[in-house]
Amino acid sequence: MAEVDGVRRRDFINIAAVSAAGVAGVGVVIPLVSQMSASADVLAASSTEVDISSIQPGQAIKAIFRKQPVFVRNLTPKEIKEANAVDVSTLRDPQTLEERTKEGKENWLITMGVCTHLGCVPLGAGDGENRGEFGGYFCPCHGSSYDTAARIRKGPAPKNLEVPEYEFTSDTVVKIG
Amino acid sequence: MARILSILVGLFFTVALAWSFVLGAITAATEPSPLTAEKKFHLGPKEVHFSFDGPFGKFDNQQLQRGFQVYKEVCSACHALKHVAFRDLAALGYTEAEVKAIAAGFSVPGVDPNTGESTMRPGAPTDYFPSPFANDVAARAANNNAIPPDLSLITKARHEGSAYVYSLMTGFQEQPAELLKEFPDAKTPSGLHYNPYFANLNLAMAPPLVADGQVEYGDGTKSTVDQMSKDVAAFLTWAAEPKLEKRKQTGWPILGFLLFATILGYMSYRNIWADKKH
Amino acid sequence: MSFPWAKEYKPSHPFMKWMDDRLPLPRLVYNAVGSGYEVPRNLNYFWNFGFLAGLCLVLQIVTGIVMAMHYASNTAVAFDTIEMTVRDVNWGWLMRYAHANGASAFFVVIYIHIFRGFYYGSYKAPREMVWLLGVVIFLLMMATAFMGYVLPWGQMSFWGAKVITGLFSAIPLVGEPLQQWLLGGFAPDNAALNRFFSLHYLLPFVILGVVILHIWALHIPGSSNPTGVEVKSESDTVPFYPYYVAKDGWAIGVFAFLYCLMVFFFPNALGHPDNYIPANPMSTPAHIVPEWYFWPFYAILRAFTQDFFFIPAKLMGVLAMFGAILVWFFLPWLDKSPVRSGSYRPMYKKFFWFGLIPAMAVLFYCGGAPAEEPYVMFSQIAALYYFAHFLIVLPIVSAIEKPLPLPYSITESVLGEDEAAKLAPSA
Repeated sequence: MAEVDGVRRRDFINIAAVSAAGVAGVGVVIPLVSQMSASADVLAASSTEVDISSIQPGQAIKAIFRKQPVFVRNLTPKEIKEANAVDVSTLRDPQTLEERTKEGKENWLITMGVCTHLGCVPLGAGDGENRGEFGGYFCPCHGSSYDTAARIRKGPAPKNLEVPEYEFTSDTVVKIG
Repeated sequence: MARILSILVGLFFTVALAWSFVLGAITAATEPSPLTAEKKFHLGPKEVHFSFDGPFGKFDNQQLQRGFQVYKEVCSACHALKHVAFRDLAALGYTEAEVKAIAAGFSVPGVDPNTGESTMRPGAPTDYFPSPFANDVAARAANNNAIPPDLSLITKARHEGSAYVYSLMTGFQEQPAELLKEFPDAKTPSGLHYNPYFANLNLAMAPPLVADGQVEYGDGTKSTVDQMSKDVAAFLTWAAEPKLEKRKQTGWPILGFLLFATILGYMSYRNIWADKKH
Repeated sequence: MSFPWAKEYKPSHPFMKWMDDRLPLPRLVYNAVGSGYEVPRNLNYFWNFGFLAGLCLVLQIVTGIVMAMHYASNTAVAFDTIEMTVRDVNWGWLMRYAHANGASAFFVVIYIHIFRGFYYGSYKAPREMVWLLGVVIFLLMMATAFMGYVLPWGQMSFWGAKVITGLFSAIPLVGEPLQQWLLGGFAPDNAALNRFFSLHYLLPFVILGVVILHIWALHIPGSSNPTGVEVKSESDTVPFYPYYVAKDGWAIGVFAFLYCLMVFFFPNALGHPDNYIPANPMSTPAHIVPEWYFWPFYAILRAFTQDFFFIPAKLMGVLAMFGAILVWFFLPWLDKSPVRSGSYRPMYKKFFWFGLIPAMAVLFYCGGAPAEEPYVMFSQIAALYYFAHFLIVLPIVSAIEKPLPLPYSITESVLGEDEAAKLAPSA
């Protein structure tokens, strides 16, 4: 009987030792995985200020936010009307223009310039670029078309162009992020 | 045959070494290398204790903030701190708003968004401490031909760096008469300043901390030269290694676990070998 | 080869059997570091350092790959990218300290491993190839470590690169063009930094390849042991698994503890402060020294202060420095004594403990000291003995020495006073 206990005690110590080695292995993996995520300097540089005073109705500019383009568009009354005329329930990603802009600033459409399909930069922010059949943005990579509220209307993209967090720090300056 | 060859090669090297040794020994005996003022009068850093010394050491945020104030009001006139960003100051206990205000107090190089011309703009938390000089030539020209070194890593770039900074700050003095008597040629050249803690005894920097109360501390600490020197040494230690505290705090549990695992491993080893004499 | 009593791999699970018929990888592992590898039962702790060296190589490759993810080999930013890694990357400070101290740990382990080889005559037949491959690994390690030290582009990096490539300029006729070719310029700059980075990334994998050959060559005759008596019967050996896995396992614990102690509490103790100053091609630090693991060879380099007949001192120093390691290649043929272990060689033992070891200690010390008297004279005497030991003492001692009687077998040496042992030899 004593011998049986002895064997069991030995087994227990061996199992414990191997488990400790396993714990150490997992412990080593944590920093090795974690080092690949965004570093402190990258995370810190994640807000940007844009001066919008020189954007005329109908025009848009590209700013940079988190190393990606962000479109700042000054919508014309006609474009706003077109956007509001759409039956939201028919949309793939149902949202109204109101939900996508700030109150009292409905003409300022600020979205990421990143197609929700696979991340290309859609055309339409620059003067004279192809704005697609819905008059908003058109992604040349796989043919996604966005309307004047930058909502997805046609093509493979699953969602509307993302609206980043932003606030108007004054009438002419927007702080994104 | 191989044996004779190897002995010949061995003799080649050993005789060449013996030759070098004999000539070197003769030279050493006849013309002993002269003692220099540096060798005799240079001192190692003073004994000084900081809160972050030792295996359990931690930074004292109050002290770091005071040290930062000394850097900002005194050192930063000439010395950059280019690896430190304003955002890093949050670790000293400053709030986000305070960090922003500190950053805005520094001018950093920027570009005019309308004309594209180089200009200066107020700093943002993501900016790094700017260099007080546009480039090395400007730094040299403004400082008697000696470039003030960047201070980001100064305490790591010197032996016993924290104590070194403290000693250097408090070590300015008149050149000892004894030194001049023994080495008349070693008189501190004009424009340089005698400091026994500096490697070659004479440095271009004038004593930066000269009077008690030079910096007015907000927390009521009396700002003696000694206190300011200690504080700025502490701040620069943090600047050189902001992760010092985290490093030590991570180390303990890991060493503890390893000790435990190693003992288990040893017991397991004894078990497995129990029936084998070796 | 393996001993006739070594266990054969028998896959128990049907999948392992299926695998064994197609790609016998489990069998390979079983025979290399499993129950199929029979190892002398009397190995002491010096025999743990081969395994630890392998661990160090893995450690350096893993942490090195991480460092390379954040590093840029351009002289304008190299220094800054490493600072950025340490300050901003998650656990970047740990990765940097782990890699820098890992190099030192690797050399500590490898020096002990080499010491084991010297004392116990591990280089002797039939293990000459194991030894030769080991020396190749050591040379590759030195090259890798040197190039790695250049990458941070601090003051010591820059001046190390300049001085070490300057060694090649001592070679007559081709020296100067050779140095320029190595650097891709007149002085270390982008070209040199880039190629050093490329090679620093490549060479560890070359080392890994040679390590595999080293282990392969070891498995032909099997491990040596402290008596130097070859394995004779089943009672002389134990299977690697579980016996030596357990022993190496707890040795890893001790190693990891000491290593972490350095990484977390003295991370800069073995480095030089000047390497925290960005490279400045216009100003040499007052006291340049290589990393500690190069000190003995650096001391030999500096010991030659006088021209020797028509050979300039500089060339003599370089010849001697490389010669000091190359002589190891000839060790199996310089030491002809049929007895392996130093424990049974009274004369060799004296020269080893009172000659070679103090000489190495002095060379280590003087290599890190300034190039002044008396350090130069000390290193001259030590270097003199170093060369005499390998090239003169060893050949003569091995010819005239009378070794002590060897035990009949490993089993007898272990169970000497045991009654069971008396039965074993007659079998």
